[in-house]
Amino acid sequence: MALQVIFIIVALFTLGSAIGAVVARNLFHAALFLVGTFAGVAVFYVLLQAEFLAVSQVVVYIGAIATLIIFAIMLTRSVMGKEAGSLNSYAWFVAIASALMVAALVWLFSVVKFDINPQPVPDDAIAQIGEGFVTAYVIPFEVASVMLLVALIGAIMLARERHQ
Amino acid sequence: MVVPLSWYLFLAAALFGIGFFGVLARRNAVAVLMGVELMLNAVNINILAFWRYVRPDDPTGQIFSIFVLTVAAAEAAVGLALIISIYRTRNTINVDEIDLLKH
Repeated sequence: MALQVIFIIVALFTLGSAIGAVVARNLFHAALFLVGTFAGVAVFYVLLQAEFLAVSQVVVYIGAIATLIIFAIMLTRSVMGKEAGSLNSYAWFVAIASALMVAALVWLFSVVKFDINPQPVPDDAIAQIGEGFVTAYVIPFEVASVMLLVALIGAIMLARERHQ
Repeated sequence: MVVPLSWYLFLAAALFGIGFFGVLARRNAVAVLMGVELMLNAVNINILAFWRYVRPDDPTGQIFSIFVLTVAAAEAAVGLALIISIYRTRNTINVDEIDLLKH
């Protein structure tokens, strides 16, 4: 019962922050709302007993991605100025379409019978993740490492100053 | 389980819908990327909810979620580098004005 109350409170905070992130007029405020959303999602990972993912979420999303987004907002600030956080002319149509899509998903999730098997999470879940990375999932792991290297080099190449 | 699985799925669907709206309705390219990150977070919640409720003894769910996190980080970095490059050459980041490939 207490867990349900906590879930609802954190869900309201997360969804409220997400709505703030997509409609805020000031783009920097939108980035801060996004940080709030990431934090709320990290709380959900803890509720789902995926603690390693929760810490990774905080470190990677809030610590790196949100910081990067704020950097990009600061570096590209002079162009759009006050209307940086404006919405399109067809924003209302998008809102209705998005609401319809969410309604369809909610209906689908409420009628499908899932094969629920709620055993307790093993104590060495994090050790299992580590083992999985070097045994069964070593190829995706290495590919992900190469992808990160490619992204790093690509981002540097794209964003460097060109001396003409 | 106290909190039913469907609650997590509803939450993920709502978050995905909000991100979807952000991607399509925003003018600034960085704001569009923020919507994309919201959608990726929603997908991650979905993966972990199914992992916890269907097969918690198998680390595959969490491992896949970590890969989604990694790819999202790399894609955000490259996307923002692209936006900065576009800003430097075209002096605009209004997605309506970045239409060189159109007709």
